[in-house]
Amino acid sequence: MSTVHDRSSTDAGGGSTYAEVQATEEFQSLKRALRRFVFPATAAFLAWYLLYVLMSAYARGFMDNQLFGNINVAYVFGLLQFVSTFVLAYIYSRYADKHFDPTADRIRQRLEGTST
Amino acid sequence: MSSVLAQAQTVTGGQRGLTIVLFLAFVAATLFITIRASRNNATAADYYAGGRSFTGPQNGVAIGGDYMSAASFLGIAGIIALSGYDGFLYSIGFLVAWLVALLLVAELLRNSGKFTMADVLAFRMRQRPVRVAAGISTITVSIFYLLAQMVGAGALVSLLLGVDSQAAKNITIVAVGALMIFYVTVGGMKGTTWVQIIKAVLLMTGTTLVTVLVMVKFGGSVSALLGDAAANSGQGQRFLEPGLRFGTDAQGLAGKLDLISLGIALVLGTAGLPHILVRFYTVPDAKAARKSVLWAIGIIGSFYLMTICLGFGAAALVGPDAIKAQSPSGNTAALQLAQAIGTDFFGSTGGTVLLAIIAAVAFATILAVVAGLTLASSVSFAHDIYASVLKRGEVKEGEEVRVARIAAFAIGAAAIVLSIFAQKLNVAFLVALAFAVAASGNLPAILYSLFWKKFNTTGAVAAIYGGLGSAIVLVIFSPVVSGKVTPGVGGAPATTTSLFPVGTDFSWFPLDNPGLVSIPFGFFCGWLGTVLSKEYNAEKYAEMEVRSLTGIGSEKAVQH
Repeated sequence: MSTVHDRSSTDAGGGSTYAEVQATEEFQSLKRALRRFVFPATAAFLAWYLLYVLMSAYARGFMDNQLFGNINVAYVFGLLQFVSTFVLAYIYSRYADKHFDPTADRIRQRLEGTST
Repeated sequence: MSSVLAQAQTVTGGQRGLTIVLFLAFVAATLFITIRASRNNATAADYYAGGRSFTGPQNGVAIGGDYMSAASFLGIAGIIALSGYDGFLYSIGFLVAWLVALLLVAELLRNSGKFTMADVLAFRMRQRPVRVAAGISTITVSIFYLLAQMVGAGALVSLLLGVDSQAAKNITIVAVGALMIFYVTVGGMKGTTWVQIIKAVLLMTGTTLVTVLVMVKFGGSVSALLGDAAANSGQGQRFLEPGLRFGTDAQGLAGKLDLISLGIALVLGTAGLPHILVRFYTVPDAKAARKSVLWAIGIIGSFYLMTICLGFGAAALVGPDAIKAQSPSGNTAALQLAQAIGTDFFGSTGGTVLLAIIAAVAFATILAVVAGLTLASSVSFAHDIYASVLKRGEVKEGEEVRVARIAAFAIGAAAIVLSIFAQKLNVAFLVALAFAVAASGNLPAILYSLFWKKFNTTGAVAAIYGGLGSAIVLVIFSPVVSGKVTPGVGGAPATTTSLFPVGTDFSWFPLDNPGLVSIPFGFFCGWLGTVLSKEYNAEKYAEMEVRSLTGIGSEKAVQH
């Protein structure tokens, strides 16, 4: 059976409204933890990627330098984009497991009165 | 050596038979699973979201299956085989794009939405205008993407099955369309997800097999592979450097800007693709959504690393002349490489078998991606446009699912008819346009609604129509549609790669890719619309923020 939610739109459960939950320090710290990570991380990987695209367009002399055998700077730069993507994804998942999930679970369990 | 291998590029009857047998085995297996999955398709949550009971890893593999389309599999290998390094940009953009989905979209969307992209966009807005806009955008993006895949299917069949008749292409398109309608209407999200998972496993296995053989052939040395590819390309070292295809010196400023425009559309498009977004609803909670993106990044990243090997391998072992003889755009490079490397290791029978395997995988890829697209667009029609707008929310769940099935049938039929007429269109153009539209219209609306407190109905509607409209208008007046003329040499008539014939030129926008202008314009429209309207619902904003971050009241998995 699918779960039906028919609580009113302002009632977050546990006798609190969403606005009240939103105003708690616990929730605000969760929000800060999320934004403090994802905004700078997004800016960083987009800048790193744009640097790659811009250098492919405008810094070809540099990109064409051969490093090992036939492998040039452009090739290594491209591979580093793969590496940085894997690494950032891994770091984010560790950070989220540690800093988001416990707080989010705590708030949810208190209001829904269930454990997941 | 390459000329010997090139001579082996003939399609034999035995190989055609094997390709057909393997493909039919895939179809039989997926049909069986689809019919089994249909037993549990009672509710909308079952049909639209697979009961939300897939695990993170399962959904991650399915995302890979949904995302790694024929355009990326065959197209990127082809671009690298013919233009060298520049094809790399696609691989990188398609992968890095997943960080946007991981960091900004997946978990918050899973917590606050239900079935479609519009659920999140309309959460704290007036329902009807936002749902209409989101529904139109979803269906537009999906149709462009669908056309690309189905036109690709038609073009492939003539090569794979060795028949080059218009009738055969049309029959293929109709057959692919009919199968896709069956998967979607009978299997719903559960059946479609299993089709994606099987296809992703087949695609990764086939690609890995060819990659390993290529690397063994070159003694594990990437440098040796690149060296042979450059030597055989006729371009020398230039083949390994940026600038052979995008932003060449001859293209001047517009060429460089076009490269940047493509790069931006690739990285920002993914998190706005409706058929990708709906996959986040198939898991029980936000944590599983995060895990599915991690798995998807692992699989998709490995896959795009291997496409590089396939592309340079095809350049080294098949050669540009043999590839262009089969397909001027290079779409058959991966297939020709499979045959060449198979022949090299296991004799001509080995080549035949490997080509048949890769060909069957290519068909499976097309089938799975079109099924995902059809499902996403039909669900959006039923849930956003029919139920919420036409019926003002006064509709029973069973009725809505019935409408979704009819919509899948109608959208599938429309895609079949359009694909038959669209066969002259360039496949890569359609895919890039779908990404540009998704990045221009959908992404600004999604990001604003998740992160910007003051965002409102006017802003959402302005962002979607502004981004969608500007992307499409700019393409219509770009060199892709008219006016890209190559003067004839020595009295030969001039040729064109535009849609319209030589002599028709109404282009004024110099770039092929609209993203550089239309994506900022979409964000600007969203901002402008928001500040021009006074609407702001503090209660709904509090509800959305609390729900999206904590998962309170989020849709639960269905227990059967």
